[in-house]
Amino acid sequence: MCLAIPSRVIRIKDMIATIDVYGARRDISLLLMPDEVEIGDYVLVHAGFAIQKVQEEVARESLSLIKQVLEATEEELS
Amino acid sequence: MQRVVNKIRELIDSIGRPVRLMEVCGTHTVAIFRHGIRNLLPSGIKLLSGPGCPVCVTSIRDVETAIAISRIKGVILTTFGDMMRVPGNHKSLSEAKAEGSDIRIVYSPLDALKLAEKNRDKKIVFFATGFETTSPSVAGTIMQAGKEGIDNFYIYSVHKTVPPALRALLNSGEVKVEGFILPGHVSTIIGTRPYGFLASAYGKPSVVTGFDAGDILTGIMMLLEQIASGRAEVEIQYTKVVKEEGNPKAVAIMNEYFEPEDAVWRGLGTIPGSGLKLRENFRQRDIRSVIDLVVPEGKEPKACSCGDVLKGIKIPTDCVLFGKACTPEKPVGACMVSSEGSCAAYYKYEAISK
Ligand code: SF4
Repeated sequence: MCLAIPSRVIRIKDMIATIDVYGARRDISLLLMPDEVEIGDYVLVHAGFAIQKVQEEVARESLSLIKQVLEATEEELS
Repeated sequence: MQRVVNKIRELIDSIGRPVRLMEVCGTHTVAIFRHGIRNLLPSGIKLLSGPGCPVCVTSIRDVETAIAISRIKGVILTTFGDMMRVPGNHKSLSEAKAEGSDIRIVYSPLDALKLAEKNRDKKIVFFATGFETTSPSVAGTIMQAGKEGIDNFYIYSVHKTVPPALRALLNSGEVKVEGFILPGHVSTIIGTRPYGFLASAYGKPSVVTGFDAGDILTGIMMLLEQIASGRAEVEIQYTKVVKEEGNPKAVAIMNEYFEPEDAVWRGLGTIPGSGLKLRENFRQRDIRSVIDLVVPEGKEPKACSCGDVLKGIKIPTDCVLFGKACTPEKPVGACMVSSEGSCAAYYKYEAISK
């Protein structure tokens, strides 16, 4: 449940950013972000909120693990 | 990675006795299995799971209360999906839903807020579970509700905080661990300072660790280095993401809306100051202050050792029900429900490998 997923910001309007995770788009809130976010940045997303900026390489590294854990969770939900 | 494994071997040889470490976070428990970390480690290192699975530690009474809320006329209860199958005294939320309660799964409390906006004649209650990773998002949602003037949005907060639970574990004296692998994402929010007491008051080396195989092995190596040289500090392995100060803005918003209260953890009992309730000026969002609910004390299922598993005293396979009466399809205790629960992780990875 504490998993945060790195995602790329593709659009920003006020405090709402649109992110791209595995090709799916979602709107998330930037309310909790300590620093300015720009289009193209990677952010860690948890429960609909960005909680931290991360480097692109970090995002790529962690995505594969997170995908696995998510699959495990989904199996459990289905 | 081989270099790190070699270093770990050298360190454990120089320490000259077995070492027990606790991975606090359920995501680590799963990652350790996924990466086969135990097979890479020398036998002198024992990894124990801790209380860091929010689903597992939600008390029976809190689940029963959520069910009772869902039965109130005009209420839509919203929850994260992984809470649905957690057993209460008699039932789970998913069984309550089958019996007619309006319960919806959301990915974000903001989705619950949207539901409130569309259903102004209903009370939308968000079952607010989770640690410090999650509670700022719930605070942010209440802030948003205020801004948009959506006054039919409420929460039932059973949020918990990690550091008081670790303190309680150490105070109980039952837990014999020499170091802590601290959670990565909780620490993204709170940073390292709230864990300072682990090193300063209890002399326990602690390292905030990331989630891939290299991260976890490096975290373990850093802990062994501390133990070998007689140091006790709170260090960060996961520097790519976690900063010493955490995310000050998220912490400020969390503290603006929530204050500590005593909370009951499944299997661990009441831990002082380990829960979060809404502050006085936001109480109108707290469903407990809007409707009166009396829900009797919950009883842990007999023979379920979930509590001892969460304390790192037992491993799941020590439980007599493990894999027999208790499986992920028919969980007896909460540790078998969540994919991040130790029992479920052991069932999935250990049982198969044997
Ligand atoms: S195996 Fe089931 S009954 Fe045993 S401790 Fe784990 S959750 Fe409880």
